[in-house]
Amino acid sequence: MSALRILVPVKRVIDYAVKPRVNKAQTGVETAGVKHSMNPFDDLSVEESVRIREKKRAPGGVEDIVAFSAGPPKAQEILRTALAMGADRGVHVELKEGEELEPLTVAKLLKKSVEEQKSNLVILGKQSIDDDAGQTGQMLAGLLGWPQATQASKIEFGADDAVTVTKEVDGGVETVRAKLPMVITTDLRLNTPRYATLPNIMKAKKKKLDKKTLEDFGLTNEKRLKVLKVTEPPQRQGGGKVEDVDGLIGKLKELGAL
Amino acid sequence: MLPLTRQLLSRRGDAVLGRSLRWASSRYNNSRSSALSTLAILEQRDGQLVHGSLSAITAGIKLGGPVHGFLAGSKVSSAAEQAAKVKGVEKIITVENDAYDKGLPENYAPLLVENIKKGNYTHVVAGHTAFGKSVLPRVAALLDSQQISDVTAIEDEKTFVRPIYAGNAIATVESTDAIKILTIRGTAFPAATPEGASTPIESGVDAKAEPISEWVSEDLAKSDRPDLSTASKVVSGGRGLKSKEEFDRIIYPLADALGAAVGASRAAVDSGYADNSLQVGQTGKVVAPQLYMAVGISGAIQHLAGMKDSKVIAAINKDPDAPIFQVADVGLVGDLFEKVPELTEKIKSS
Repeated sequence: MSALRILVPVKRVIDYAVKPRVNKAQTGVETAGVKHSMNPFDDLSVEESVRIREKKRAPGGVEDIVAFSAGPPKAQEILRTALAMGADRGVHVELKEGEELEPLTVAKLLKKSVEEQKSNLVILGKQSIDDDAGQTGQMLAGLLGWPQATQASKIEFGADDAVTVTKEVDGGVETVRAKLPMVITTDLRLNTPRYATLPNIMKAKKKKLDKKTLEDFGLTNEKRLKVLKVTEPPQRQGGGKVEDVDGLIGKLKELGAL
Repeated sequence: MLPLTRQLLSRRGDAVLGRSLRWASSRYNNSRSSALSTLAILEQRDGQLVHGSLSAITAGIKLGGPVHGFLAGSKVSSAAEQAAKVKGVEKIITVENDAYDKGLPENYAPLLVENIKKGNYTHVVAGHTAFGKSVLPRVAALLDSQQISDVTAIEDEKTFVRPIYAGNAIATVESTDAIKILTIRGTAFPAATPEGASTPIESGVDAKAEPISEWVSEDLAKSDRPDLSTASKVVSGGRGLKSKEEFDRIIYPLADALGAAVGASRAAVDSGYADNSLQVGQTGKVVAPQLYMAVGISGAIQHLAGMKDSKVIAAINKDPDAPIFQVADVGLVGDLFEKVPELTEKIKSS
């Protein structure tokens, strides 16, 4: 069994607990002064990578865990978090503040990074909670010609580079098997991410973090989609409260729902 | 006075120019729309057509231009005959091969790529289901196209609307790709009904990709209740149910009385009260039934993302300040362990 060289892409997004507000110009969501953190699904990817090493789940062992992020200068903080959770080193592809990459560009960037890092396993989140596209992992697998397992809730390693993944699908779960190298995307039920402890946060400051640019990979930020506008969704008006169960039934009948 | 007149004149000039530009662009669109054609990806399970996947045809028809349906698997003939009854489809393309039975993306993506290239399609549409989400981005990457996920509205052949940030913002995007790959939200495009038509069925190209992955097993929740994503009524339980036993005791009888599907919040799923596949929200299912009844659910933004397009929302919660009451059409503040059984009895006896 080959030793695992894991690449974990992480994204800096608006914290999941913050209610996003559309900006006045209707070009996007207000990000200035808003709390950001690691995309929750990426948190699961980092945790899973570290657990594979700690629990010695892969017969060939884990040689390297690289956390990767393409984002503004502040994305470094997210990479430091991944390093504090147990990733070995980081790669930061620095973008300008407010600059966004489309999933296809990220997938192309990751393909080149996989080749550079000689990764044989990429664990990504199933979606970022800002764009909600849910595409990058599958696109990367397609570009590399590797097998993919999306929405993983369980990952097991066997002999001969076999990886068995239980996936969350509509109506239940499905189990698939493939051989390394492969791409896996994480679902909520995969694990519970740890909190980075203070000593580990201190140690993470000494870990290696490479800075790169898109140009280093021979890529440009090519946009295939033009965002024409971003608007607030129609607001629902709460219809008020009723006193008792009869009131509830009465109102539902009045609204034609019963 | 003069500057004002000039301003007015120039403004009118702009308007005239704008109109002619619009006219020119609509002519351009029209001349192009003759070349527009859509491949709608349909799903089958054990040889049965997945009815919800007919949403892809509804969206395809909305795009204008001819629509072809696509089905692959070992026993696709009866599913194809079903799909052939849908009006407005030019043909159904089938590929018979058991390599496609389980929709493995490593086999299915090259299959779609071959058929898309052969048919010169400008648009490819599939549902934003587990299948669509796993296969379509792989197809998009192979065709070098930036997919548009979870489309809720089609404005024209290149302009699409989709929710971002858990539905807290709505983005309108224009695609510049030659082949536009879309996954669509089923609740925004009602499944086309198979009735009356008899569309020709043709064989497509079998890409015969070398298998690099293997399907091992599946464990699907069996239920006689309506399917969560398409049910007209949904009863959902949250953390307030306190245990799996209470969830089963309180939620299921109400769902049965209403003929409703059962859903759950993330908290209820994480605590083991309900199966993962019942989760409603940003990372679970998106539903838009006639009636959504939220029981013991506070209404976090991630949950609202999955249900706020429901026609009528009712909420039962003991916390009068729970955010769910801000979106509910009717709210009842009270102990769900008392109120829900009472509600169930009264619905049953009415």
